[in-house]
Amino acid sequence: MSQSFIYSACAISLFCIGLLGFMLLTDVIRKVLSINIMGIGIFMLLVATSALAPDLIDPIPQAMVLTGIVVAAAGSALMLQLAIQIDQQLRTDKVGGKDAN
Amino acid sequence: MQIDVNWFEYLPWVIMLPLVTAIFCFMVKHIWVLRTVSLFSAIVLVIYTCAIAYAVTMLETRQFTYELGGWAAPLGIGLVLTPLSAVLIAMTAIVALAISFYASGYFSYQQIERRFWSLWWLLLTSLFGIFMASDIFNIYVMLELMGLSAVGLISLQKGIETLKAAYQYLLVGLFGSLLYLLGVALLYREYAVLDINLLTDMMTNSALSQFALLFITLGLLLKTALFPLHFWLPAAHSSAPAPVSAALSGIVVKATYFLLFQFWFVIMAPVITYSATVFMGLLGMLAVIWGSWQAFRSRRLKLLVAYSTVAQLGYLFILFPLYFSSPELAKPAMLYFVIAHAFAKSAMFMAVGSIQKIAGFDDIHKLSGISAALPVSTFTFAIASASLIGLPPSGGFIAKWLILSSAISADLWAWIVVILVGGLLSAAYLFKVLNQFFTTSNSQFVVNSVRGADFRTYAALALALLTIALGLNALWLFDALDPDVILRKGI
Repeated sequence: MSQSFIYSACAISLFCIGLLGFMLLTDVIRKVLSINIMGIGIFMLLVATSALAPDLIDPIPQAMVLTGIVVAAAGSALMLQLAIQIDQQLRTDKVGGKDAN
Repeated sequence: MQIDVNWFEYLPWVIMLPLVTAIFCFMVKHIWVLRTVSLFSAIVLVIYTCAIAYAVTMLETRQFTYELGGWAAPLGIGLVLTPLSAVLIAMTAIVALAISFYASGYFSYQQIERRFWSLWWLLLTSLFGIFMASDIFNIYVMLELMGLSAVGLISLQKGIETLKAAYQYLLVGLFGSLLYLLGVALLYREYAVLDINLLTDMMTNSALSQFALLFITLGLLLKTALFPLHFWLPAAHSSAPAPVSAALSGIVVKATYFLLFQFWFVIMAPVITYSATVFMGLLGMLAVIWGSWQAFRSRRLKLLVAYSTVAQLGYLFILFPLYFSSPELAKPAMLYFVIAHAFAKSAMFMAVGSIQKIAGFDDIHKLSGISAALPVSTFTFAIASASLIGLPPSGGFIAKWLILSSAISADLWAWIVVILVGGLLSAAYLFKVLNQFFTTSNSQFVVNSVRGADFRTYAALALALLTIALGLNALWLFDALDPDVILRKGI
């Protein structure tokens, strides 16, 4: 059992934890966290892939992870921003008592 | 053939021009500069993409690969152009031009329109990127760019329903992209390449490839909104501003469908089994019936058109088992259907957008007699309907006729029944609307501000007329795809 294999197994279980959270939780922050955990699981799988042969590290998956992190950060930011806007809209609707549409 | 090769030298500009325009639109404040630059870029793109679509079908290899920076495949990333993707790129550019024309002045507030242009050009950048990317990781990046800019476009007009729809669309989009990325990671683990051509050569039917295909398919199906994964589409497509709805229903779902098609029948063809394609076909069948039924029941016009997209996407998946048994007929059928639907659905959403904007609402039962006040919108809606139902001489008719004939040649009679029933159902819900449009109004509602407001709808009308042109001049697309095969079949 190689080191890369252990990392891959952990990566898959991380992905599954994130997946469960994404499917089951309804809270906005938890959903954002779950989707990030799923992403991290995949990134870890990629990093483990790059070390399949321990003395010959493949840099391409690492470059992919780097790109993926940037995309995940942008996605999370947008998700949180939308959640804030929805929250504000709900509050003003409650106070003003007007129809949103 | 030597002259045509020159055209390909500027291939990266199909992605660069929208990107540069997006950045420019982000920085410039003056609304007329934005519109002029956007229209100019859109026109340039239409001319250039039509030229390369023609040029690539003239190539003897029928495929063109552009190595960015001169780096070859395993290390470098490139752009790849096949007759199929080139025609789809030209289609995207044409729809984009019509929508750009329509969107100039559509929005009530200049502030919103300013934000629209930069996001719109980013969306186009990602679409062209998806059609041309030659490695599967770049496709992931483009998918994310597409998802994020589409969410921005949906939530341009604030409102609780719109924001909720955008939020759900973002969740589905991110989730779908992550599933796709997992598939890419598994593929890289197995084959250690990302390039599409290299992967196609190396592909074998292994357990890891099957898992990879499963995740990629799930992720892309979520984004393509095949029944029962369509739950997000009606809300997102019906609450977005009309130019955005037109783009989402017309071209964005086609990009992910194109990817699915590429993965199933080109890249991972050894992994595919007939029963898997039949399963997809069954889902498509359910989508046709469920989507049409929901469209028939919806009370709001935009929701009806959005559900009609769910139904029409079903046909594209009914093609999967047909493609497995007779690819030479199903491929032109697929291309015809995609293009006819893109033109018709974009035109329809723009027409509905004009009606909604001028009337102030889109409840179907209140819209009786609108044809007298808004002739161009009504006419556009009617032509687009004819193409969606599949009446001759529209492009939709040719598409359905091709699907039927490929089903007959494969002896798949169950599919034929569904295709015919689906046509009847779409006739039912679209004629219901048209009937309402043409009956004399008995309510107090009168359209008061018609003057010139219907003007932008001519862009939609042009697209609708293009579907008719597509139906009248049916043969050139056959030639573009695969001249030899078609001649042998004697069609």
